[in-house]
Amino acid sequence: MTTLLCGHEVAKQITDFLPDAVAVGDGTSVIIKGERLLPVAQFLQNTPGLDFDYLVSITGVDYAGYFEVVYHLTSIKHNHGLILKTRCYSRENPALPSVTSVWRGADFQEREIYDLMGISFSGHPNLRRIFLWEGFPGYPLRRDYL
Amino acid sequence: MALKTEPIVVNIGPQHPSTHGVFRMRVTFDGEVIVDLEPCLGYLHRGIEKLAETRTYTQNIPITDRLDYLASMTNNLAYVLAVEKLAGVAVPERAEHLRVIMAELMRISSHLMAVGAFLNDCGAFMTPFLYMFREREKILDLFEMVCGQRLTYNYMRIGGVSHDIPDEFLPALRRFIAEMPGFIDEYDQLLASNEILLARAKGVGILPAKLAINTSASGPVLRASGVKWDIRQADPYSVYDRFDFGIPTGEVGDVYDRYWVRIQEMRQSVRIISQAVEQLPSGEVCASMPCLLRPPVGEAYGHIEGPKGELGFYLVSDNSIAPYRFHIRAPTLINLTALRDMTVGWKLADAIIIFGSIDICLAEVDR
Repeated sequence: MTTLLCGHEVAKQITDFLPDAVAVGDGTSVIIKGERLLPVAQFLQNTPGLDFDYLVSITGVDYAGYFEVVYHLTSIKHNHGLILKTRCYSRENPALPSVTSVWRGADFQEREIYDLMGISFSGHPNLRRIFLWEGFPGYPLRRDYL
Repeated sequence: MALKTEPIVVNIGPQHPSTHGVFRMRVTFDGEVIVDLEPCLGYLHRGIEKLAETRTYTQNIPITDRLDYLASMTNNLAYVLAVEKLAGVAVPERAEHLRVIMAELMRISSHLMAVGAFLNDCGAFMTPFLYMFREREKILDLFEMVCGQRLTYNYMRIGGVSHDIPDEFLPALRRFIAEMPGFIDEYDQLLASNEILLARAKGVGILPAKLAINTSASGPVLRASGVKWDIRQADPYSVYDRFDFGIPTGEVGDVYDRYWVRIQEMRQSVRIISQAVEQLPSGEVCASMPCLLRPPVGEAYGHIEGPKGELGFYLVSDNSIAPYRFHIRAPTLINLTALRDMTVGWKLADAIIIFGSIDICLAEVDR
């Protein structure tokens, strides 16, 4: 059974490494600050005992007031998982650092979020719309798109 | 004297017999050798994630049939598992066993299609494909018995399955289980040591284990690279923890290994089905559910080992009758991430079989 790591404990480990990275850690997930995403991703991948080598999925969710991007991580070595979240509060220019340099599996998924949710990922090698055509008006997966 | 060459860009697809749907590869060639490849997607994008936000949880089950239509049962299963996780629904034992039987039949059917189409790409035009179709037809007959459909089954329900199996189902299924290993031996005899297949597939399109993990490859593509990772054992769902089955893994991660892993997985699926039939309990096939399900506020990620890889549904509920967010972790989209790495340095004909060996379904890639 894949054990889901407790958010509090992982949040503590991340805080020991980067004191200002964690926003909240609860029982099931860790919410980190967007600007610290890349060093945290590297930390999660390379720290012995965590070894999150496999990025399962990335999802964007449009909540009223902010966008949440959810990263489901798994360690194939230890068979444990972690839900990592980060938030963007800007509706006009939401942006996050790209994690493609850490997990290349993020490539198409970040493009998908950019295409349908309108969140741009800085440092992505090929950030273009993936399903819709260039010039498509709006971002369909936003809740206010009708 | 070195010959001066210039790179040339060729679009393969979106209308091309070997792209398995409307898929376009933008390939840069130097002579006949591939120097760059970019998958271009979106020709079959139907906005399913947005559509699902306007439909109730139960109404979304038939939508999942339209993702990977070669594995509709497993799509159903992944979705209902996610909803059950979100709403905390307990499923009757008999329904759990029926789900496993259907999911494994679906895996065999999908792998038959994958191997058949792959051999088509290799140039063994239609003959192996029709051998595979012979058995796939029997599986479709079984599905037709339980739900009346042959492609889009809509069989799973939140809390169980839609119907109990009819009386003629189990005898037909037992006959199928008894015959199938012999048919797989037949494929092996025709294909596994076929010189042309070995020459085309051995050592071609290698995906090293480390790269496979880093590019989030899953399913047979990941296991062919030697990574023993199968969600049925790593994170068992339904009643998979009660069955004894092996996880075949490849050695080098080439096209041949991906073919070989699929053939071996069919054997394991037959083993799982025969155990599930033996243990099949009697009783209800669906828990009692409200007409309009309103899961509590929260989120859930349900995932299964689909025939093509890890199929996951990420659902967010705001306690209304429709999901607030409905995200599909599509295995075939993510398996395409490594396509460029596998094909660069090979020739056009190799690119076709490397792409075929990933086994994608465009309806799931584009959604």
